[in-house]
Amino acid sequence: MLPESVAENSTAAAIAQRLPDAIVDAKMAIDGPVLTIAAKEILPACGLLKQSLGFERISAITGVDWWPGVPRFELVYFLHSLRHNARLRLIVRLEEDQPVDSVCAVWRGANWYEREVFDLFGVHFRNHPNLERILMPADWEGYPLRKDYPVHGHRYSYQDE
Amino acid sequence: MAPAQADQKDTAMIEGKAHVESLDAERELSVEDLSGIELPPARPGSSRRFTLNMGPQHPSTHGVLRVVLELDGETIIKARPEIGYLHTGIEKQCETRKYQQVIPLTDRVDYLSNLNNNLCYSLAVERLLALEIPPKAQWMRVMLCELTRVASHLIWLGTHALDIGAMSVYFYCFREREEILKIFEMFSGQRMMTSYIRIGGLALEPPRGWHQAISKVLERLVLGIDEYQNLLTSNPIWLNRTRGVGMLPVDVMIDLGVTGPMLRAAGVNMDTRKDCPHSSYELFDFDVPTRTANDVFARFEVRMEEMRQSVRIVKQALDGMPSGPWQADAPHVVLPDRERMKTQMESLIYHFKIVTEGFRVPAGSAYQVVESPRGELAYYVVSDGTANPHRVFMRTPSFANLQALGAMLEGVLIADSIAIMGSMDFVLGDVDR
Repeated sequence: MLPESVAENSTAAAIAQRLPDAIVDAKMAIDGPVLTIAAKEILPACGLLKQSLGFERISAITGVDWWPGVPRFELVYFLHSLRHNARLRLIVRLEEDQPVDSVCAVWRGANWYEREVFDLFGVHFRNHPNLERILMPADWEGYPLRKDYPVHGHRYSYQDE
Repeated sequence: MAPAQADQKDTAMIEGKAHVESLDAERELSVEDLSGIELPPARPGSSRRFTLNMGPQHPSTHGVLRVVLELDGETIIKARPEIGYLHTGIEKQCETRKYQQVIPLTDRVDYLSNLNNNLCYSLAVERLLALEIPPKAQWMRVMLCELTRVASHLIWLGTHALDIGAMSVYFYCFREREEILKIFEMFSGQRMMTSYIRIGGLALEPPRGWHQAISKVLERLVLGIDEYQNLLTSNPIWLNRTRGVGMLPVDVMIDLGVTGPMLRAAGVNMDTRKDCPHSSYELFDFDVPTRTANDVFARFEVRMEEMRQSVRIVKQALDGMPSGPWQADAPHVVLPDRERMKTQMESLIYHFKIVTEGFRVPAGSAYQVVESPRGELAYYVVSDGTANPHRVFMRTPSFANLQALGAMLEGVLIADSIAIMGSMDFVLGDVDR
């Protein structure tokens, strides 16, 4: 059930009512409500948020790597409602090789952000229209923003020359 | 193409046509071209349909942006922006630095609005630390950020006008911008990479004579902004090349995440300074200019008006600047005063600790949104309780705005793509990070 701090939030209550399995955890962070959504429910939850709850734009999507902790990845969706002047953060926790549904069908603006998360974290988005690397070169190996990826060090070996 | 998408495209086309009809017959013809219905299919080997690679080194992309254009004659059928040429892994680097060491990196993200980036990051960390910022520091921040907005818009105006062929505006704009950069140099010692806004306040005490210096620049700006607007709005070439160009339905823009002057020129009154004020923006009296024409000219008007509003804010800041400390009272975060360090042992210890091991930030995360000259700028800072940020994510306005470029270029003439790209005012450092 929803904690008291978030229960008053009409958005959280509406999601909990329509999609009873969606909200895994909910809390009030310093800058607004944060809802943790079950990975398989993210697409219906986002659809609901956009269609009925007025979150007409997505500000950004990003990832956080908690390696070596499990579950490893945390996807963060920053939603914004112009109508209600409200912001909402959704969190989806993922295992290392676990794919997640793309929300491009809900907000077209999610396209590049999901590509970026794929590029830098290696999270796979199902049904994404064009899941390619966006910032790194197409033939790059590895996912730079993972915690086990080195900050320095070039993979090029001069011994081959 | 999905039917819904096709519908949207059709409405955009109809709207575009309605505008174009009032201009000239030649362009109307080209708009009919794009619906792609009347045209016979291109013969194999025909030179009418081809792919053109624009950039990554192209003067009008203002950086290293590559746009792959599929053309039918001079009409763009499809445009695909390719980014990443300036990707330097700033977000990864942030994770290896102490909290205070990230500030110089934020300068380099959007190198035309450094102070807004400094401010956004500082506010996010201050939120996690629950720091109270004294009024003088807040007002100084507002004043400098608004000067940054003017400086950034001047660059946009100069380069945008230069792209379309008005060369003298470019020189005037850079002349005025230099005056603003001199103010930044006066405050921080640097023209561009200022790093002046720090966690807990400002980097240095405001310099002697800042008040007169800024008043003097404002006098020039007030005259200058009107002059440049007149210079362009009474120029028939400028009007013909900007009116009715680069339109996209408002709901598509919101869906694609477009923010800032582009969205305001489409009639959406979205400005973070008003919607969720930070740094005592709520104490300032200013308007958020909007237009409904949603074309390149409307974006021009919105930005010109924004410069006037910024000047208005800076004037208010000059008149009502509160006195008092310019740094928060937080000895574990803010570097101590130099004099005190020589006389007080605690100050020396704090200084040593901050410099050698940084300061710990309570575990948690904060998403701080500010209004950069380009739109909604946000920093998402995740702390795991140590002195290094666990993750710093930069939600940069240029990245999201650029996403709309493909949709906006569909069906326009190749010459108009230059005007449209100029009106988006992206900074490639801001896109690629």
